[in-house]
Amino acid sequence: MNTELTGVIFTYLLTLAIAIPLGVYIARMFRGDKTWLDFMAPLERFIFRFSGIDTKKEMNWKQHMFALLTINSVWLFYAFFCLLFQAHLPLNPDGNPNQTPDLAFNTAISFLVNCNLQDYSGESGATYFTQHFVIMFLQFVSAATGIAALFVLFKAFRDKVTDKLGNFWDFFVKSITRILLPLSVVTAIILAFNGTPTSYKGKDSFITLQGDTAHVSRGPAAAMIAIKHIGTNGGGWFGANSAHPLENPNYLTNTTELVAQVIIPIALVFALGFYLNKKKFAYVMFGVMTLGMLMLLIPTMNAEISGSPAIAKMGISQPTGAMEGKEVRFGPANTAYWNIVTTIISTGSVNSMHDSAMPVSGFMMMMAMMTNCFYGGCGVGILNFYIFIVIAVFISGLMVGRTPEFFGRKIEAREMKIASIIALLHPFIILVGTAVSSYVLVHMPNADWAVKPSSWLNNPGYHGFSEMLYQYTSSAANNGSGFEGLGDNNVFWNVSAGFVLLLGRFLPIIGPVAIAGILANKKFIPESAGTLKSDTSTFGIMVFAVILIVAALSFFPALALGPIAEHFSLK
Amino acid sequence: MRTQNTLFQGDQMTEALKQSFIKLDPRQLIRNPVMFTVEIGTFVMLIVSIYSFTNKGQGSFGYNFTVFIILLLTVLFANFAEAIAEARGKAQAESLRKTREETPARLLVNGKEQKVMSSQLKKGDVFVCETGDNIPTDGEIIEGIATIDESAITGESAPVIRESGGDKSSVTGGTKVLSDRIKVMVTTQPGESFLDKMIALVEGASRQKTPNEIALTILLAGFTLIFVIVCVTLKPFADYANTPITIAAFISLFVCLIPTTIGGLLSAIGIAGMDRALRANVITKSGKAVETAGDLDTLLLDKTGTITIGNRKATNFYPATGVTRENFIAACTLSSLADETPEGKSIVELAGEDKSMPKVVAPNGATFIKFTAETRSSGLDTPEGLRIRKGAFDSIRNMALKAGHPFPAEVEDNVKKISSNGGTPLVVSQNEKIMGVIELQDIIKPGIAERFERLRKMGVKTVMVTGDNPLTAKFIAEKAGVDDFIAEAKPEDKMNYIKAEQQGGKLVAMMGDGTNDAPALAQADVGVAMNSGTQAAKEAGNMVDLDNDPTKLIEIVEIGKQLLMTRGTLTTFSIANDVAKYFAIVPALFMVSIPALKALNIMDLHSPQSAILSAVIFNAIIIPLLIPLALRGVEYKPIGASALLRRNLLIYGLGGILIPFIGIKLIDLAVGIFL
Repeated sequence: MNTELTGVIFTYLLTLAIAIPLGVYIARMFRGDKTWLDFMAPLERFIFRFSGIDTKKEMNWKQHMFALLTINSVWLFYAFFCLLFQAHLPLNPDGNPNQTPDLAFNTAISFLVNCNLQDYSGESGATYFTQHFVIMFLQFVSAATGIAALFVLFKAFRDKVTDKLGNFWDFFVKSITRILLPLSVVTAIILAFNGTPTSYKGKDSFITLQGDTAHVSRGPAAAMIAIKHIGTNGGGWFGANSAHPLENPNYLTNTTELVAQVIIPIALVFALGFYLNKKKFAYVMFGVMTLGMLMLLIPTMNAEISGSPAIAKMGISQPTGAMEGKEVRFGPANTAYWNIVTTIISTGSVNSMHDSAMPVSGFMMMMAMMTNCFYGGCGVGILNFYIFIVIAVFISGLMVGRTPEFFGRKIEAREMKIASIIALLHPFIILVGTAVSSYVLVHMPNADWAVKPSSWLNNPGYHGFSEMLYQYTSSAANNGSGFEGLGDNNVFWNVSAGFVLLLGRFLPIIGPVAIAGILANKKFIPESAGTLKSDTSTFGIMVFAVILIVAALSFFPALALGPIAEHFSLK
Repeated sequence: MRTQNTLFQGDQMTEALKQSFIKLDPRQLIRNPVMFTVEIGTFVMLIVSIYSFTNKGQGSFGYNFTVFIILLLTVLFANFAEAIAEARGKAQAESLRKTREETPARLLVNGKEQKVMSSQLKKGDVFVCETGDNIPTDGEIIEGIATIDESAITGESAPVIRESGGDKSSVTGGTKVLSDRIKVMVTTQPGESFLDKMIALVEGASRQKTPNEIALTILLAGFTLIFVIVCVTLKPFADYANTPITIAAFISLFVCLIPTTIGGLLSAIGIAGMDRALRANVITKSGKAVETAGDLDTLLLDKTGTITIGNRKATNFYPATGVTRENFIAACTLSSLADETPEGKSIVELAGEDKSMPKVVAPNGATFIKFTAETRSSGLDTPEGLRIRKGAFDSIRNMALKAGHPFPAEVEDNVKKISSNGGTPLVVSQNEKIMGVIELQDIIKPGIAERFERLRKMGVKTVMVTGDNPLTAKFIAEKAGVDDFIAEAKPEDKMNYIKAEQQGGKLVAMMGDGTNDAPALAQADVGVAMNSGTQAAKEAGNMVDLDNDPTKLIEIVEIGKQLLMTRGTLTTFSIANDVAKYFAIVPALFMVSIPALKALNIMDLHSPQSAILSAVIFNAIIIPLLIPLALRGVEYKPIGASALLRRNLLIYGLGGILIPFIGIKLIDLAVGIFL
């Protein structure tokens, strides 16, 4: 086997080797057992006392969501105004300008919702202050928001007939102090020692061999790049993200970043199993997610390693695979793995240009974000997966002749209503967004805007369509990667994507938490021989089929006009 | 099932066909969101057809009109499915109702008889019935005892005894009095009997959607909305790709994608569930009750009649020391001669089997002592002063001890032995002196253990309720294979057991007939009252079993499960069908302007038009093809939930993906000939 593939397999195994014990740790921590990070307790106590929070006060699901939304809206305003006036704030050695209102709107939302779609470049579009205290801050709190919401779900699964589901602030603060912060510190140290800048100085410059003066942006980047991956955020310090040689200097940092972004999503799956003492259920869930990942990964790797048929037709051999838009130091196999990892778990950091990927890879990356639950983002991955579980439980419950129940609670009309709306929302915002942009492009190409719609796309035809579809898919999935090649820093894209981001974030958090909250308050039904077990491979297949069918059926026509048409016309 | 009709009968078909058109009324159809959107699509196609008659740009008139007709047929097929289910349910109910057509009634007004028609009887009226009379309406006997032929309702030819007071006081309209005279009080208003209510349930107007049906409708509406979005957004996508798409193609794509198969059959499945219950001679008061039956966790079953054959039989005589066998048997026979209970008769029978015994006749002038709840014994007194009693162990013992006679130890041993073997001891005394003990044994119904085993596999726990002492109860429970038992049960014990089970989140069903069962019947999630039971019991339960067959609960559980399964499997089938339909329609839409997408035409369909027509035709005809399945229900197999899911996923999920590929291809071959 070639070393490239070995590298990928090793990276994945390393991920599991860290994620599984991490899952055990998270379950223990959340249960309140002793852990070696208990030295954080005084800090937490200080935060709670300082903020006047009584963590003993338990909340029902509505109070949880109220707390979540309130604090998130505070952050939104804070971030928006900081970005809007960043030029006047300290720590701006390069003298970067303020963000325009529409860009600040898009950026603030984008980081708040853990998406990290960047319509600006970090070198010129942000200052050290905003990178630090807006972007990095939001990278921590948005990841913690997702994890805290998931903890509500954990509690609702475990406790019977109750509406007391713990304290949101408790979950939230501990997600940072006990999970995100320690992991980020370790990751940042590895990155810093491998050449990622950690300095408050402004641009450096040197004279090239040709005699030109070249400027090199730097800054306290290592810390942000750590949480960027640990928190499945994805927004880079530099515009080129992890393809930038300072953001991702070598294969070791590449592996570190690859591992860092997946460990929490996978660990949370195992944590669920350990916390609820339903290990088999967690294994089934993990199996379904891994199967989903493999089904996306294998075609992508195959396409990238084989290279472009269009180039092959010209009689040019491609021994290293499709290299356009890729970094030589990573190669096609590793890049394909990154492509899929970053899209299934909503990180959205890139170590290559997705725009240059093969159509099949584009197809797979979009599918990854359209399903958005194979591991998924910090906390929210399982929340998304839970919606599919509810639908699968409902249909399969009927199929075995029993009112559907999950973990001993009956799933009835109200829960189905919420699940249907959430399942519907994702295709709705992606398809409607793409439809509106297609409409504008076709019917008003020369509208008198700052950027004319006709010059949005760098590529005409199917690929141009994919660029638009990708942009909204990435926004809706809170992923943040871009097909680029799309002129997206203008009012139309900043604002429309901004709304898609908001819709794609909070409703899919509220929905599952609401279902779990309502179910927790219901009568508990003990298992009998007639109960459909949710920890069997049969049920796993059912969930997988539901995910596939919902995603495939909603997006098939759009995908047919984008990557599928492109793929077949390449041949 | 007594009356297994063929699925489609002539007169029902005609009625259903008529109803299919009446149900096109949008006000009726809006209850079914999936089919309602199809109707809107049909209407749009009608306008497009008319438009294309004179204008160009939307395809030929013939093509548009064909699509219109197929869509109209789709709606009609769905309506027909509902209508035929209604017609069958109604026919079944009508055949029961026919038995209570207008019959003359002898109404009592101030003690005088008056001839009126049965329809004029009101609740609270009292009428008289004598030998040969048909009972005009449902009621409760307030005076008298009679043998009644209930075969018109139950199909059982053996006459039954109904008498005032007690738990067998109910009579049903349409049955016939075979002997004696009874006074009956009317218990229902005209048009409000259970049967009337049931007929109303089957007919559209008062049919309430069950909780699962509502939840499923929401899911289906969700799927429908997704495809609204898919189809609406496809327009700007197609504009971008420079591909004109006709309205016919849009609407065809939409109708094919939304779950019309399950949407069209959903209400038919629900009605068929009630209909199947009715065919099992169970009147359900709501569709919800049938659905709940499928979820039951615990069944409370009376021992007598359900687990054991009717009554206990005498199997052995054990005389006390110092009493000869002949004397003892003679005393036993004497005490039972006038005893009309099955136990009493079985004692006389057993004594008669012993040929060495001289025939025992009751001496002249003997008085028979009837069994009462206080003495818990019966027997006879002869003019010579002989007092023979038989009865429960403790009551006879008390009687003997009071009179100063000891209770022999070996008799007590026998009593214990009999009890521990599951039998019932009856102690016999003569002039308060213990003579010996008779053993009565329960006979467990053949095949009942297998039925309980089947229930266990379904995840249903069975609980035997009996008045026996715990020892006896345990023995029978083990022999019959029930999971639990309530011994020495009083009516409130049942109630408490049900409440305790419900507290633990379980759904409980019970069957009962007496007035004192009524609270428990009301408390149970599924309460099945026997038709022979009191009015109070029938009001309290949510089902009435016309056969008075206690094992009916088992059938009811299966009917409930079938109902849910049919919905689940057809939903899966319907959604799985979409995969093939996409592969038919999407390439058809874009093949001309994007030749590369020909690669998606994996079925190699004839032309874009034939592909679209084939898909909508398949979509339409699958509905009538599945009507028989919807009406009969998917077969339930107690093989465990996971195995059942695997099986149904394979048949309806995988089958649902593959079958339309074959179907659409075949239809395309046929359609291709005409295009």
